Amino acid sequence: MAERIAVKAAAAGGRGTRLRSLAGSWDAALLVALVLVVAVGALAIEGVASPRFWRFVTLEVIPIALIALPMTLVIITGEIDLSVASILGLTCTVMGQLWLWGISSLPVLIAVALLIGALLGAVNGLFVTAFGLPSLAVTIGTLALYRGLAYVVLGDRAVADYPPEWTTGAIAAIPGLTIPWMIIVVAVLAVLFGLVLHATPIGRGLYAMGNNAEAARFTGINVARTKFWLFVATGAMSALAGVFWTLRYASARADNGNGLELAVVAAVLLGGVSIFGGRGRLIGVIAAVILLGTLRNALQLAYVPANTLTIITGSLLIVSVVGPNVAGMLRERWRRRRPATPLHQE
Amino acid sequence: MAARNRLIALAMSAALSLAVSGCASQEPAATQPTAGGSAAPATIKEGLKIAFLPKQVNNPYFDASDNKGGKVAVEEFKGVYSQTGPSEASPSAQVSYINTLSQQGTDVIVVSANDKDAICGALQEARTAGAKVVTYDSDTNPSCRDAFINQASAEGIAASQIKLISEAVGADGGEIAILSATANATNQNAWIEMMKTELAKPENSKLKLVDTVYGDDDDQKSFQETQGLLAKHPNLKGIISPTTVGVAAAARYLSTSEYKGKVQLTGLGTPNQMREYVKNDTVKSFALWNPSDLGYLAAYTGGALASGMITGKEGEKFTAGKLGEYTIGKDGTVLLGDPFVFTKDNIDDFDF
Repeated sequence: MAERIAVKAAAAGGRGTRLRSLAGSWDAALLVALVLVVAVGALAIEGVASPRFWRFVTLEVIPIALIALPMTLVIITGEIDLSVASILGLTCTVMGQLWLWGISSLPVLIAVALLIGALLGAVNGLFVTAFGLPSLAVTIGTLALYRGLAYVVLGDRAVADYPPEWTTGAIAAIPGLTIPWMIIVVAVLAVLFGLVLHATPIGRGLYAMGNNAEAARFTGINVARTKFWLFVATGAMSALAGVFWTLRYASARADNGNGLELAVVAAVLLGGVSIFGGRGRLIGVIAAVILLGTLRNALQLAYVPANTLTIITGSLLIVSVVGPNVAGMLRERWRRRRPATPLHQE
Repeated sequence: MAARNRLIALAMSAALSLAVSGCASQEPAATQPTAGGSAAPATIKEGLKIAFLPKQVNNPYFDASDNKGGKVAVEEFKGVYSQTGPSEASPSAQVSYINTLSQQGTDVIVVSANDKDAICGALQEARTAGAKVVTYDSDTNPSCRDAFINQASAEGIAASQIKLISEAVGADGGEIAILSATANATNQNAWIEMMKTELAKPENSKLKLVDTVYGDDDDQKSFQETQGLLAKHPNLKGIISPTTVGVAAAARYLSTSEYKGKVQLTGLGTPNQMREYVKNDTVKSFALWNPSDLGYLAAYTGGALASGMITGKEGEKFTAGKLGEYTIGKDGTVLLGDPFVFTKDNIDDFDF
């Protein structure tokens, strides 16, 4: 029913409307899937309904969520940042080294970490905007470079002797609940990023850039400057995730967050953001982050082995990323073929 | 529209798989430990849930220790055995599995730590929830677990590695190199430090350590690093690879290269991986503890802890099935024994 109406509206309103309605239904579908997974999990798997389970899920998704927020904006502009996990790792090691050098004020450490993250992001941004290089190539490069630097800073050492009140403080629960208080920070940041993306001219500019950077430039949007600051923001958010990571695991190591960039990109794409830019909403991404975290932990709790788990999440992503594109392509072909038939008959 | 239907179908199938696996989780509940009773029980309780959490799953070494050792022991004292863990050796992934195990009400968690600090918080939380924690193969901070099963003392391993390479290279000595696992593997680095101490002794003065490279416990990377070592050090006489993945990859490279028989190799390997190279004279000898015995001892230690027979204090004694009596040493450490040396003469007696 609703689908038919949507199709008709799409046909009447053209490409833009159709894409928007598709994105809208994707968010709704994700939320439905999330509710379903939670409900079925709670009924079928012992422990999913417990507050402890949600504490573990939240702790696990916080770093992914923190980085997914700016990553959503970056991918909407048609760019990507694959160096985020390496920025996280490098930030952790710098924090560890500063602690070894005797800097024992947490606010100072956090401030330095954020600054370094922003700087590393600025390097990415500079290469992409000033030299016009593709962000995929640039950030694959800095993925290796930053990780390498992390090993230069700490080598094979792990710095772990932080004050216990820091490490327990980072994962402390909201009074009366089991959910860590950090989730409030994530929520506030999510609202901020959501407002920027969906309620400001800057946000509309991001979609415009993703759809057609050239056209966006002609309408007076400063594409280079906006993208540059997006990379800076991504770096800073990755650094924040690094601070959390260091304290949560009470261990600063050069390999912290290894491979996390894939989890982040996966969540953003599952969240309905197009890898080609110009499409997607933050609410979908947030739902996807929670969905992936819940699914992983619930299946683990149900004694599903790691290999099967990897296969399940992998398949889920392929279906969700390839699915809408293939469906769109088929629909496009079908639509084109129909008017072609009468022409042939003439 | 179509996308929505697809997603709902997907969610349904996911839900279905959840439901199916949910059924599997309803295993017989473990008998609850009975509180009170002043005297320590003499036998291990039946029905203990004992879970092995290796550094990573799909690793032949941990399959030997867990499935061929731990499982055997757990079945002997009628417990419920399981093996679980991440597919990549990362501490954060291990934390997630520890959380799950503690939620599942596991009585004993037997874990090989990917990081000695990073998994501490999760282990503490599991212990608060009632689980006993035994580390094996790679330890955590002593405060985070009840006992550590040490496969061999670091001194014992380092001494045996240097002795084996020294014998293989011969009286003239020469340049040697180390092919390790990851740059931050706690046990590897401890052994390497001890080997350096061993090399400083006068009887080893003719051996000169020129390089240490890291194969990340990855077959291909270890293979390439071996290749790199030989290219970089033309006078290299020997390689020590104290990791089962590394030594097998290095042996494979040497056996098909011009260096076979000229560059000696030893390390810590498993008989099944090394059999071919011992028989074709690429490797004269290598060492290892018996990983199955390691897992077996870990399971018995965990069982004894969870039954209240021992608490992990220094000097306590317990019997570990066919392996006999063990005494808990300093810091809750139980030493399996000296590393075992495999040669052409005895390798066919082993299958793991």
